Amino acid sequence: MITFIIRRLLIAIPTLVIISLVVFLLLNLAPNDPMAQVPLTVPPEVKQKMREALGLGQPIHIQFFKWLVQFFWIEPQVLIDYLFNTTFSEGKQRIISWQTRSPVMDIVVQRLPQTLWVVGMSYVVGILIALPIGLYSAYKQYSIFDNVGTFVSMVGYSVPPFFSGVFVIVIFSVQLGWLPSIYDTTHTVVDWETFKFQIKQMVMPVMVLALQTTAQINRFMRSASLDNLNQDYVRTARAKGLTEWTIITVHVLRNSMIPVVTVIAINVPYIFGGALITEQVFKVNGIGHQLIGAIYANDLPTVQTITFMFAFLIVSFNLLADIIYGLLDPRIRYD
Amino acid sequence: MIEERNQEKVGSLYRDVWDQFKKHKGAMFGGVIFLLIVISVLVGPFLWPFEANAIDIRSRNQGPSFIHPFGTDQLGRDTLARMLAGGRTSIAVGLCAMALTIFLGTFIGVTAGFYKRLDGPLMRLTDLFLSLPLLPLLLVMMLLFREPLSSAYGPERGMFILIVFAIGITSWMPTARIVRADVLALKEREFVLAAIASGSSNSLVVRRHILPNVLSPILVSATLGIANGIITESALSFLGLGFPPDFPTWGRLLNDAVDYLQQYPERVFWPGLCISLTVLSVSYLGDGLRDALDPRMRKR
Repeated sequence: MITFIIRRLLIAIPTLVIISLVVFLLLNLAPNDPMAQVPLTVPPEVKQKMREALGLGQPIHIQFFKWLVQFFWIEPQVLIDYLFNTTFSEGKQRIISWQTRSPVMDIVVQRLPQTLWVVGMSYVVGILIALPIGLYSAYKQYSIFDNVGTFVSMVGYSVPPFFSGVFVIVIFSVQLGWLPSIYDTTHTVVDWETFKFQIKQMVMPVMVLALQTTAQINRFMRSASLDNLNQDYVRTARAKGLTEWTIITVHVLRNSMIPVVTVIAINVPYIFGGALITEQVFKVNGIGHQLIGAIYANDLPTVQTITFMFAFLIVSFNLLADIIYGLLDPRIRYD
Repeated sequence: MIEERNQEKVGSLYRDVWDQFKKHKGAMFGGVIFLLIVISVLVGPFLWPFEANAIDIRSRNQGPSFIHPFGTDQLGRDTLARMLAGGRTSIAVGLCAMALTIFLGTFIGVTAGFYKRLDGPLMRLTDLFLSLPLLPLLLVMMLLFREPLSSAYGPERGMFILIVFAIGITSWMPTARIVRADVLALKEREFVLAAIASGSSNSLVVRRHILPNVLSPILVSATLGIANGIITESALSFLGLGFPPDFPTWGRLLNDAVDYLQQYPERVFWPGLCISLTVLSVSYLGDGLRDALDPRMRKR
């Protein structure tokens, strides 16, 4: 197991470097110019200086290497400085956003809590809804409950978040006026009233994202439970007179969770991708909002950093899923 | 007489598949709905008297009426005509992106499965693509290649090529994996070994023996590919990075409708419903196809 983990970690590093190279080349070889907005009256030698100030003067492999150093060496130092009050990163060049002229990571840190609140909450809600429904659908296969559950998860699969989000806004904000349509990120919770408002503004984005999670996890849970319900050990458990409740919750649920937990882990990064659109619909001031703003503003360092952070999430959660699978299922041996 | 009865009993593969497919009510329903949508967007613009881009400023912002069943927008353009024209683009993008996805996926899957030497590198490539953050990259591609392609092929055709190409190269990986696994299993079967032993060239073996036998996973991926293409195109248009503003697609219409959410909330309904209904029907179609093409399901 340990050798497997080490081998996977060693494979993950070149994968990440290649991904960062792909992202970097896509952004830098594309036919666009960050200096396009500069007026034509600016003399060429000044323009050249401006290019160098943006870090564009050097050949492409040196630019890439500098970016790698900034991301993997300097930014962690900044984090350590912040945590332990040290001065490792003093005077070192960080990744600077072209749009705001401040370090990209500082903005990411400001934006991340909103995304994590909405995305994390929706993921938890989605899983909590999906697991019992999936289990019960499998237990009563082809019943009305199962058919309705399958239909609802098909709908959750098919209705894109930019429609379900707008649709609930129309119903609950425009027609009924119960919930705010825009997520207010400056809102702070101090007492019961503000807490209630916070809950109100989180309901819609969380439910829209949770619908998608529910649809996916529900299908996996259903098929995993179906596989387990026909196993011999379930028959044995029935034969020795256990109650149905015990059989389902203790035997079937626990064994069905093995593949489902890995699916839950693998899907975490994709939920961030879905949040990209949901944040746009509800105007949540999160990391997806920052990425789209940076794309519109042609702010390459920000786009590159956030895109790479998404890739980092995908690779690390895939790794995590593999490890969890090996730990949970004693039948799996990686050696 | 005996021979005839045998024939009746055995039947052809496609007959079996069709019989099983008919049993899946959701799939039949989905297939019919999808066909209806495709026919109406193909024929509709010829029959419907209004042009999608004909501006009639005097009848702007109308609700549903006998002349304009879906109402009109802020420039007085007929919403039904725009929905039909938009559907054409959205479905065309879905179908073309699906074709490209299937072509790339099958090509890479068959190559990796059939040629042992290429298996490792191609599968590493697939893993790499699966680790890429696809939606952000799609957005970046839209942003970066929009202008060069628009100036080369015109704004609409350039965007069409870009969107189809971008969706195609970011969604071939699952198909490639499934096809490779099937090809690996098929390669060891006797009829393939016999074909190779009798001196058939590699390309003949692939075309005559391998491809027909991996048709069923490809068909299922194709239905998923259409759904994925339509959703991705509308997401891009919704984020404002798809087709130009005056060119209707379902995602674009939804995006336009969101601007008037407070005054005319009913406008978001039609494009959203069309996207969802199309994707839902295609997904059910894929579900039924998967069951019908699976011989273990057919035996029951």
